[in-house]
Amino acid sequence: MTDEPMTGAKILLKALMDQGVTDVFGYPGGAILPVYDELFQQNTIRHILVRQEGGAVHAAEGYARSTGKVGVVFVTSGPGATNAVTGLTDALMDSVPLVCICGQVPTHLIGNDAFQECDTTGITRPVTKHNYLVKKTNDLARVVHEAFYVARSGRPGPVLIDLPKDVSQGLGHYTPLDAVAHRTYRPRVEGDPGKIREAVALMAAAKRPIIYAGGGVINSGDRASDLLTELADLTGFPVTLTLMGLGAVRASHPSFLGMLGMHGTYEANLAMHGCDLMIAIGSRFDDRVTGRLTAFSPDSKKIHIDIDASSINKNVLVDVGIVGDVANVLDAMLREWKAQRYQADRAALAGWWDQINTWRDRNCLAFQQEGEIIKPQYAIKRLFELTRGRDDVFITTEVGQHQMWAAQFYGFEKPRQWLTSGGLGTMGYGLPAAMGVQIAHPDALVVDIAGEASIMMNIQEMSTIAQYRLPVKVFILNNEYMGMVRQWQELLHGGRYSESYMASLPDFVKLAESFGAAGLRAEKVGDLDGVIREMIATDRAVIADIRVDKNENCFPMIPSGAAHNEMLLGPADKAERPISEEGMVLV
Amino acid sequence: MSNQTDNGERHTIAVLVDNEPGVLARVIGLFSGRGYNIESLTVAETDPAGGLSRITIVTSGTPQIVEQIKAQLSRLVPVHKVSDLTKEGAYVDREMALIKVRGSGDKRVEALRIADIFRARVVDSTNESFVFEIVGKTGKLDAFVKLMQPLGLVDVARTGVAAIARGAEGL
Ligand SMILES: Cc1cc2nc3c(=O)[nH]c(=O)nc-3n(C[C@H](O)[C@H](O)[C@H](O)COP(=O)(O)OP(=O)(O)OC[C@H]3O[C@@H](n4cnc5c(N)ncnc54)[C@H](O)[C@@H]3O)c2cc1C
Ligand SMILES: Cc1ncc(C[n+]2csc(CCOP(=O)(O)OP(=O)(O)O)c2C)c(N)n1
Ligand SMILES: [Mg+2]
Repeated sequence: MTDEPMTGAKILLKALMDQGVTDVFGYPGGAILPVYDELFQQNTIRHILVRQEGGAVHAAEGYARSTGKVGVVFVTSGPGATNAVTGLTDALMDSVPLVCICGQVPTHLIGNDAFQECDTTGITRPVTKHNYLVKKTNDLARVVHEAFYVARSGRPGPVLIDLPKDVSQGLGHYTPLDAVAHRTYRPRVEGDPGKIREAVALMAAAKRPIIYAGGGVINSGDRASDLLTELADLTGFPVTLTLMGLGAVRASHPSFLGMLGMHGTYEANLAMHGCDLMIAIGSRFDDRVTGRLTAFSPDSKKIHIDIDASSINKNVLVDVGIVGDVANVLDAMLREWKAQRYQADRAALAGWWDQINTWRDRNCLAFQQEGEIIKPQYAIKRLFELTRGRDDVFITTEVGQHQMWAAQFYGFEKPRQWLTSGGLGTMGYGLPAAMGVQIAHPDALVVDIAGEASIMMNIQEMSTIAQYRLPVKVFILNNEYMGMVRQWQELLHGGRYSESYMASLPDFVKLAESFGAAGLRAEKVGDLDGVIREMIATDRAVIADIRVDKNENCFPMIPSGAAHNEMLLGPADKAERPISEEGMVLV
Repeated sequence: MSNQTDNGERHTIAVLVDNEPGVLARVIGLFSGRGYNIESLTVAETDPAGGLSRITIVTSGTPQIVEQIKAQLSRLVPVHKVSDLTKEGAYVDREMALIKVRGSGDKRVEALRIADIFRARVVDSTNESFVFEIVGKTGKLDAFVKLMQPLGLVDVARTGVAAIARGAEGL
């Protein structure tokens, strides 16, 4: 401890500075005012004033995921805290490191139903990786340093610090960063050598292998992506990625089969189904990926690398579970492969690739761009082609069909370039997330690929974007429907489009202008390239309203409760295979 | 008490945690949020100087669920150690109960006689009631409570199971 007593607010800011924090997303209120007062009196940390606390959390997620740093949020007690809950849950599901500092009523009022009091630690306990209620100013610095450590170590996640007003106003002592060591939390990062040997031996013997990698590779850092690519090159094994893992291996890599899962490619899903060895790397066998569990990849041995022991054998029993950090484990596996002078079974692999190539030839993502009406797939394809070759493009999305088309048709060439809400599937994520990305990368091209329904969920953040002059681009695939909902209603509920039509939409061009942004619109195919080019060339925020085919569905699709080899490839498929009763109850 | 239940195998798990506010809520929230069973849960500070508490949980589930429970417990930030006593070898488990029985005449005599057989101690008595203290395995306590039922059982307070591994090794 250093001697000089300071207010809790000052201690907080000093601790944040010592953690290297330069940007904070937040919204003030009574209980957190001492912190805002201190913020006013310094110049190291920039505060981004959002328009709703939910926006602050998603912005911090965008900031964190695009940089690998911990995102920081300030909110006030009561409604500030409850507004943050969705974002915290989103960050927990998608393993995003955040520290959320939340004002609280003074300690002597806690439990009295005081003004703007809520049981913040109680409400957020299940939606954070960890949370703290700080009762003494002297504890604050230690708690902040611990919170950063917990947020970024092991499987990353959100940590909340509930900060009563008397603690932020009271005097206490600072605890320097190097004096804080966590008592219990020591996630395992090195894989077990015996298991690594076992895994690599299985790989050398595999005849129909597949690498199934996910968001854990991105979490692990750029080195993990390089090592994964090296592994794919060295072995010649095919690679598929989850929605959260896109970019972990470059999309243009010849061994990349595309995304797998519910809206994944035919070749990726059939290769998962037919493989004899599955190597799951930083992926968590989500139900969107496995389909019906009893029919999931029935004939394969499975290796699973994950830093969180609870991910292993949770949904799918595996043969070799390796707890550790992806980069460390892959490094050890590559060394073992080379030390043993293993060779992949070339003949078997050639046969496997032949098989995969026949699946690839189905060209499952094909679509027909005919006539004047813009196909949503075509819009993404053109966006990709017109931004290709730039190495400073970040894509965020909202949730729905547009999100899936973005995943299918935009080729991600590196990690951290793609930000989407996968686990929670939070509509309203994309715009604030894009804002957070743009704060961290002021000169980058940041595009939120949006649906017209989702964008309305956090549209208020256009005002933040205006205030900080962020050149965020909002690319709306406007089908006037909650398309994903409409698609399910078409396929599962007899075409009864209950409440999925978006009536009374705003004029997005005028809406953009009212926020000081540029508004563009493409109504016909012929408009599209011009609008995309103008959007890219505009040096301020843009909303591009792309009017697309209202009835287009997102294929391929594995209906809920179906297996990988029961995939629907297009509209013609649905009539033949009614969805099972069990499938109907799944989401 | 058999180790097989309708939900699968029964396991006794010892968890060493930092004695900090909310830690019990985290453990209980984990069980309720993920739909795991709790048959018994006890907690008390066991190392005041080190600020540690020990939680003993009796739960049941398929082997996969029990593995999940342990992995989920281990990843709670204030958890130091999780030990599956059922899996890791021999252990001793005990529970204590205070049992109030009200009655007179033959029933009163019979209650005392059974208490004697079970080595239950009388810790309070009035002209018309006893409070017994009984220590033992859960099954023994269950049997005693059942026998007291027709003899005027009024109240039962049980501690839940505390368990510890046999032999010289600590957790
Ligand atoms: C409308 C909609 C449709 C969807 N359709 C699909 C689909 O078709 N296909 C699809 O794939 N997903 C789809 N998703 C997303 C899906 O819900 C899951 O979010 C996603 O599949 C999970 O990705 P993941 O397995 O890579 O795990 P993540 O959620 O990214 O989790 C990462 C895993 O890696 C581990 N990990 C983290 N850091 C490390 C490290 N350093 N070292 C080792 N391990 C680490 C974690 O413990 C965790 O187990 C969809 C979502 C929505 C909203
Ligand atoms: C906050 C929230 N509420 C509801 C949903 C359920 N939901 C998933 S997709 C979707 C429709 C999205 O519509 P739009 O943004 O227009 O995208 P589209 O599918 O049309 O591309 C809805 C309502 C959700 N994911 N998030
Ligand atoms: Mg829509």
